[in-house]
Amino acid sequence: MSALTDLTVAEIRDGFRAGEFSAREVAEAFNANVSAAKALNAFIVETPEHALAAADQADKDRAAGSLKPLSGVPIGMKDLFCTTGVQTTAASQILEGFTPPYESTVSQKLWDAGAGMLGKLNLDQFAMGSSNETSYFGNVISPWRRGDGDNAALAPGGSSGGSSAAIAARLCPAATGTDTGGSIRQPAAFTGITGIKPTYGRCSRWGIIAFASSLDQAGPMAHSVRDCAIMLEAMAGFDPKDSTSLDLPVPLWEAGLSSDLRGKKVGIPKEYRVEGLDADVARVWDDGIAWLKDAGAEIVEVSLPHSKYALPAYYIIAPAEASSNLARYDGVRYGLRDLPDGANLQDMYAATRAAGFGPEVKRRIIIGTYVLSAGFYDAYYTQAQKVRTLMAQDFAKAFEGCDVILAPTTPSAAFALGENVDDPLKMYLNDVFAVPASLAGLPAMSVPGGLSKDGLPLGLQIIGPAFDEQAVLNAGLAIEERAGFKARPDKWW
Amino acid sequence: MSVDLTTVKKIASLARLAMSDDDAQALVPELNGILHWVEQLGEVDVTGVEPMTAVIPNTLRLRDDIVTDGDVRDKVLANAPQAEHGFFTVPKVIE
Repeated sequence: MSALTDLTVAEIRDGFRAGEFSAREVAEAFNANVSAAKALNAFIVETPEHALAAADQADKDRAAGSLKPLSGVPIGMKDLFCTTGVQTTAASQILEGFTPPYESTVSQKLWDAGAGMLGKLNLDQFAMGSSNETSYFGNVISPWRRGDGDNAALAPGGSSGGSSAAIAARLCPAATGTDTGGSIRQPAAFTGITGIKPTYGRCSRWGIIAFASSLDQAGPMAHSVRDCAIMLEAMAGFDPKDSTSLDLPVPLWEAGLSSDLRGKKVGIPKEYRVEGLDADVARVWDDGIAWLKDAGAEIVEVSLPHSKYALPAYYIIAPAEASSNLARYDGVRYGLRDLPDGANLQDMYAATRAAGFGPEVKRRIIIGTYVLSAGFYDAYYTQAQKVRTLMAQDFAKAFEGCDVILAPTTPSAAFALGENVDDPLKMYLNDVFAVPASLAGLPAMSVPGGLSKDGLPLGLQIIGPAFDEQAVLNAGLAIEERAGFKARPDKWW
Repeated sequence: MSVDLTTVKKIASLARLAMSDDDAQALVPELNGILHWVEQLGEVDVTGVEPMTAVIPNTLRLRDDIVTDGDVRDKVLANAPQAEHGFFTVPKVIE
């Protein structure tokens, strides 16, 4: 039998049910991998006792015949989800030591489904970043390395970079992520794993530390499409505590999985075929098209004419919302307080925020404050929201002629840490293919498509119409079955 | 539009971010680069287009006007940097 830590969520669930191993054995195996992987810096806090307690409960439940959907499965929790009694920081100094007295809806649903927590996963500070280099708790190092003997430390993607690195390195079989402008899909693509951002509103935002509320959406990251379906079923569902939560039943996505795409149309957005597109990315995209054809789908060209405006619109809307959301960190109610000698209340606010926020967070707060300030609001913010309407209309029109859209997830494979930090614009361009679906609130996933010439994973992105996660998962499954992606990083950590 | 040192310092002050002149000066070219880049949105013809307010059509729900939470003062104060006598404590604001 292969190592327990090599198993998928479905294999752990089913093997545990069949009595092939105990939940405690699974939790102990993953706990051991977590504690032996400090070099990756994927976890901010490790919670082996939480994983063991859930495992012991699962073993009891199995004996009593009262199994839950995720009984026996330990997972990683992005440190953006508030967890009762366990430090929650958003990877920022301003929240160091913050211990929530309440549990986020999504994490509570996962515990209610029987899952256990291996620890809180590192991320870009306040989920602002594409490389996990903005965390106050240090960079996450990707377990992947280029195949040419170059030992440069690579970015695991971001913002869910602790989640992606931990799954790729077999420290957890699945993890939560959040996606504001690609933060689930881009790290999944960089590390050869699978991740889905559902329709905006599927997963409750309650208890998730806010970045940009009209875009933030939780979703699972895992080794397979099936695992994503299993996790998403546990995470999704109506929550009266989130005013934008969708009041819809949660579909049985796992039971609905089918890679037979006969009668389905797959749209290829011509605007994504940009000049100078990386040759490896183009090759994997072409492979994806061939695989979906092989699965029975018809390939059609679609047009998303406002695609080139997605990133500029995003970099107005997301910082604007962030500047408002992050106003709450004032040194009064929780987190860091910096009170210089003789400082008044206003000085304390400014000193606390200067000391507690990292440079990228400050940059975005400043941009957001500027675009919302008197005299500039209409020129920037209102214009961006109008362009966002046009982008959503582009997608609606495209989906009149196709069931899902296939595109690359990222414009390149993972880059080295430090390679893009001096140029914020260059870093932002990483999310050029991911941001449009975020602005339109649509379900989108990344599945591994192949390797670059350097031996690094490349992802294929499937975007679906609102509420149709099933179509996205099914196209993802068709690709997964044909891509035969088995590559994994050699253990060096 | 472009920003200068005075504007960056004003915005930092509005955002309650203490900032040295050197840090503010370093932000000037960065912000101008980003602002210049986002200004390409001005090319888009948005005549008659409504700004987006809800990405997925949804109506705000109303609930009964009843108490659903509360009586958790100590929990609310548990993470405060400074709390006394059941209150958050801040530097004196009234002379």
